[in-house]
Amino acid sequence: MCATCGCDDHQHSHHSHKTVVDVEQDILHQNNLLAERNRGYFEAKQIFAVNLVSSPGSGKTSLLVKTLTDLKDFLEFSVIEGDQQTTCDADRIHATGTKVTQINTGKGCHLDAHMVLHALQGMKPKDNSTLFIENVGNLVCPAMFDLGEKERVVIISVTEGDDKPLKYPDMFHSSTLCIINKIDLLPYVDFNVEKVKANALKVNHQLEIIELSCTSGEGMDKWYNWLKTKVHVSDLSYSY
Amino acid sequence: MHELSIVMSIVEIASQQALQANASVVEEIELEIGTLSGIEINALEFAWAEAVRNTILENTLRVINRPEGRARCLDCNTDFAIQQYFDPCPACGSHFINITRGKELKVKSLVIA
Repeated sequence: MCATCGCDDHQHSHHSHKTVVDVEQDILHQNNLLAERNRGYFEAKQIFAVNLVSSPGSGKTSLLVKTLTDLKDFLEFSVIEGDQQTTCDADRIHATGTKVTQINTGKGCHLDAHMVLHALQGMKPKDNSTLFIENVGNLVCPAMFDLGEKERVVIISVTEGDDKPLKYPDMFHSSTLCIINKIDLLPYVDFNVEKVKANALKVNHQLEIIELSCTSGEGMDKWYNWLKTKVHVSDLSYSY
Repeated sequence: MHELSIVMSIVEIASQQALQANASVVEEIELEIGTLSGIEINALEFAWAEAVRNTILENTLRVINRPEGRARCLDCNTDFAIQQYFDPCPACGSHFINITRGKELKVKSLVIA
């Protein structure tokens, strides 16, 4: 006799069999698979992919424009721009003569590996080139989404608070390089460089840190040297 | 608000698993979301209500396990609980630590019928 309803007829289905399925699947599995696919594409074509992340207004695009202008005779570049709306940033990059694709995320707050995959299909970056992926200005959401990049660079400017690494630890934890931008403004703002560095290292002791200013050019050589050591070009001899 | 993307990924995983198992109902879903995973549970719950509408998870009971963060000190090898990435080792004060638990973000199991 059925224990649920007392009937002798087991043809009906009101107490159909329950099964537990062990899934054990990462929720970001699909994104991570596509990120690995992008990573494989980059490795096969020896493309050095950099994911640039920061809050809005810390100078991601300015850093790119200056870098592309200074190094375009020495390295091959392409850029993927992520913003909610407009092609403003792509237009600025395009003006330097660099190949650029704009992704508009609409209401989305981050780029994901799938968006980057399609952008790559359209732009076909050259072998042995450097690809900058400028993420949506947001210090929270982009931290979780691997795009297949080799390095993740988080940018903070001195007009922000020196406690930012502690307030947004996920992003600083997942990045490999931290750029402190706008150091030409240090005399005018209450920002302690040593404190922000200490805070960033508390969150991620493996983080490299470079201080620079896109406006004055101070420290740009350190950033260019960092790029140089990462890009597999042995005979790179540029002057800037 | 990346929690919306997260819920949509969960729906996708559950739909796929249900399809594979030939199930029409998912009665329960068990998630593992570590305290260092970067997910705000309130935001996830908010996104959940909208994102599961008209999906196989619409009436599913949601169970969330929250593994607490743990780390091992690289200087003195102490194993300890952490709430934040920047918590120092309680034994020696070092920030040279390796996170060993708390970043989990997965669908653990489904109860299907």
